[in-house]
Amino acid sequence: MSTKSDAILRVEGLKTWYPVRSGLLRRTTGWVQAATDVCLEIAPGETLALVGESGCGKSTVGRSILQLEEPQAGRVIFEGRDLLELDADELRATRRNIQMIFQDPMASLDPRMRIYDQIAEGLRSFGIAESESHRRKRVEEMMVRVQLDPATIDRYPHEFSGGQRQRICIARALAVEPRLIVCDESVSALDVSIQAQILNLLRELQDELGLSYLFITHDLSVVRYLAKEVAVMYLGQIVERGPTARIFEAPAHPYTRGLVAAIPSIDPMRRGAPPPVLGDVPSPSDPPSGCRFHTRCPLVMDRCRHEQPGVYDVAEGSSRCFLAEGSQPS
Amino acid sequence: MMEFEPHVWSNGAVVLLLVALTGLVRFVRRDRLWREAARELWQRRRIAIIVVGLYMMIGLVDSIAWKGGVPEDAVGVLPNASLSLLDRAFVDSREASYSAPFADVEFYGGRPLRRPGSHLLGTDILGRDVLYRTLKGARVALLIGGLTSLLAIPLALFFGVGAGYFGGRFDDFVFFLISILASMPNVLLLIALIMAMGAGTLSVCVALAVTSWVGFCRLSRAETLKIRELDYVLAARALGVSEAKIILRHIIPNLAHLIVITFVLMFSGHVLSEAVLSWLGIGVDGSWGQMIDGARDELSREPIVWWNIGAAGLALFGLILAVNAVGDAVRDVLDPRTLREAP
Amino acid sequence: MSALLEVRNLRTCFPGKDGPLPVVDGVSFDLNRGEVLALVGESGCGKSMTAFSTLRLVPKPGRVTDGSVVFDGVDLLELPVTQMRTIRGSRIAMIFQEPMTCLNPVVSVGRQVVEAIRLHEPITKGEAMSRVRDLFGEVGIPDPEARLGAYPHELSGGLKQRVMIAMALSTRPEILIADEPTTSLDVTVQAQILELLRELQRERNTAILLITHDLGIVNEIADRVAVMYAGRLVESAPREALFSNPLHPYSQGLLRSMPARSRPGQPLPEIEGVVPSPDQWPTGCRFSTRCPVRFEPCADIFPNETRVENERTVWCHEVERNLGGEGAG
Repeated sequence: MSTKSDAILRVEGLKTWYPVRSGLLRRTTGWVQAATDVCLEIAPGETLALVGESGCGKSTVGRSILQLEEPQAGRVIFEGRDLLELDADELRATRRNIQMIFQDPMASLDPRMRIYDQIAEGLRSFGIAESESHRRKRVEEMMVRVQLDPATIDRYPHEFSGGQRQRICIARALAVEPRLIVCDESVSALDVSIQAQILNLLRELQDELGLSYLFITHDLSVVRYLAKEVAVMYLGQIVERGPTARIFEAPAHPYTRGLVAAIPSIDPMRRGAPPPVLGDVPSPSDPPSGCRFHTRCPLVMDRCRHEQPGVYDVAEGSSRCFLAEGSQPS
Repeated sequence: MMEFEPHVWSNGAVVLLLVALTGLVRFVRRDRLWREAARELWQRRRIAIIVVGLYMMIGLVDSIAWKGGVPEDAVGVLPNASLSLLDRAFVDSREASYSAPFADVEFYGGRPLRRPGSHLLGTDILGRDVLYRTLKGARVALLIGGLTSLLAIPLALFFGVGAGYFGGRFDDFVFFLISILASMPNVLLLIALIMAMGAGTLSVCVALAVTSWVGFCRLSRAETLKIRELDYVLAARALGVSEAKIILRHIIPNLAHLIVITFVLMFSGHVLSEAVLSWLGIGVDGSWGQMIDGARDELSREPIVWWNIGAAGLALFGLILAVNAVGDAVRDVLDPRTLREAP
Repeated sequence: MSALLEVRNLRTCFPGKDGPLPVVDGVSFDLNRGEVLALVGESGCGKSMTAFSTLRLVPKPGRVTDGSVVFDGVDLLELPVTQMRTIRGSRIAMIFQEPMTCLNPVVSVGRQVVEAIRLHEPITKGEAMSRVRDLFGEVGIPDPEARLGAYPHELSGGLKQRVMIAMALSTRPEILIADEPTTSLDVTVQAQILELLRELQRERNTAILLITHDLGIVNEIADRVAVMYAGRLVESAPREALFSNPLHPYSQGLLRSMPARSRPGQPLPEIEGVVPSPDQWPTGCRFSTRCPVRFEPCADIFPNETRVENERTVWCHEVERNLGGEGAG
């Protein structure tokens, strides 16, 4: 993959592990290896999808980028500056540029605050639109932009449906004029017909405002619609990267192949293929030795049990698998 | 500590209370969630709320006091004492000793009373009108319940929310503190504290507060831990909101329902605890607990003297029942689960 | 031959502010022996409540107020409770969405399945345990002997769901009701569970009533599909027919708005608006508030049942108009 020096976000070698504490004095007895050696890049105005199943660490990566979790190692370079090197004040100033939209529309809004106050929270915090009337006008503008009726500005979250609440969250994120938005499973909790509305809204906003997205999801079918590039995660590591079309048509890593094959098809003619990936996801606090996927891989070799594969280039992208080792483009 | 006359404190407290109440009413009227909650509470528990209101009125009447204006020949009253409105209504109502309700003569001996037929609940061993003493007890009870809760709750919040939000060493310290307090028998601790501070309303309130903040501290810590992990708090952090503002704007308001419920339930607990303290001789002067304690042997007299203990007991029972009824309804009305449903 | 389960005009009401709300409002369908029928719809359409109603498991304060559920010739809604209990769990079994909440956390999984068997059959604990061991093997639990003593929290989501399936199938039921069985599972695990259900269904000829919102799962496993919207059925058809040619505008909208069917670069076709809440239901067709092809009768008159070809039914004025009334092909 060619390195884009103008990437809006570049993550290098990110490592975020959670300590497991037990005992009366709360000693650290182990680590949940949530994210290990994560590298990714997002080009300005584009969408990178971060895909994986439960426990793979994709939410951790999103939160580490926003500094809502503290990584132990790595670099998070946003518009040329490493966020992990900034002091508290500089960090706070950059927060305006990267925002997040969460999964659960119920839990993302404070049930006791009017939505006006919630959308305006960022405005207050960063000193945008100092006077009350300015703030109100801006909030109304945001509401119109996400297709909410501005007359409902003084209502409470429980008076809105799931899809509308997600729109409120989008308005809250947009109010501070970010350049990158991390969508953490933002449409997973919505009904199919509402999903379509929100996805369309996200697309429109991207075209209008030139936003970049890191779209975190487990639903591959959504990825196809929204993202140009995909990174696939398994048990804390990125196992494959590449353009969306190639990932779907010719996945290189066995896990990606299994993931793509496991999507239930709605083509009435195609059905009933036996599942290619067996077994269950191991725990991230005790990952397998060698290649982390070897316990479930249909193409496992002896080598995979003891050695950790590196990241090898494949046509348009990269794959963390010994099978890709030999086929490096010259 | 400035040496003010007692009535200045009490008048000042009344003014403060009225100001606080006005502020509360304004806040509830502006915020739609609380307004609806208040309306629903009124619909469910009208009688109990009115009863509590009556007790509060009586307490208020006993709190507005000033000096002077006492008739010269009043029995049992120092000429320069500060007397409240309630005191003045019952001034000069002293008899010599016991008399039954509505009686014209003394209970033992049959001598005529100074004010025959005017004692609705009779008089006690010192000839004091029992109705008067019962009504005076209302202010004491409200003070004990209210002031103690007002001391205990902020204390519990400070430690509980702090421990829950910041974790780490502060959490360990609070845990240590709670464990120590919880390992000591409450009654002994109360006795020790009151002995140390000297008897009196304020020391009783402080002692009760110190022994009762632990429960709510644990509760608020647990809730804070839960709320801290919710997405809307993360969103606030992502929006650069400072931690102090997050606690004030997101965490405390979402604990508000617990605070109200705890206040109401603590109230009755404290009033009842004071009754036990009176039995131990370290309660507050003029409380119903003291009346009940003083009237213990009256029940074994022949004929039985029942009006002293009966009046105090019923007054106590009435207040606690009403407060608990309101408390139950408050718990249901403020349950945050009802906020989840879309209309 | 009559169907194994015949549901007619099932109505289940919950108390509302202005009177009872029919969350399930006159639903009728047949489930034949050995067939997989999928009941599909979005959240709030009443599909789960329909399943609960057939087994008389509606949570209070809801009640089944009308209709009949005839299982093998007997109306379940009229049975005394003691007889209902002999059917529930043995001849009709149910598995749920969240295996975590359906398994007792302080009892080992082996013992839980043994209890379930011994509730309905007079066999010894030892015999039951060896049956459970075999069952665990059949549902694909690796190392079944070791897993008998495991506690629910020690098992992954996929394994817990397999335990639930073992429990449900332990009494060889004729019908299995599966309420969103794979929604809480990862995609790769979901594929395994679907494969398992397919196999078991084929081997034992169990009928399955599958409740789900995921059309992909429906295509993988169902024989017939019934689409629900706001408490009523809107379309019922064999699987291929529904997926290749949906007739009701709601079914069409649902299938079109799935990202898997989209063209990258084009906006996803949307269904405008939101599902109306029960107090906002129009007197006529409930989809009329969002329907792209609505015309005069739609808001006021509920559409009749229109039969199309064999085994295909739609409730829609537009379809009825296009086909010239009942029975047209």
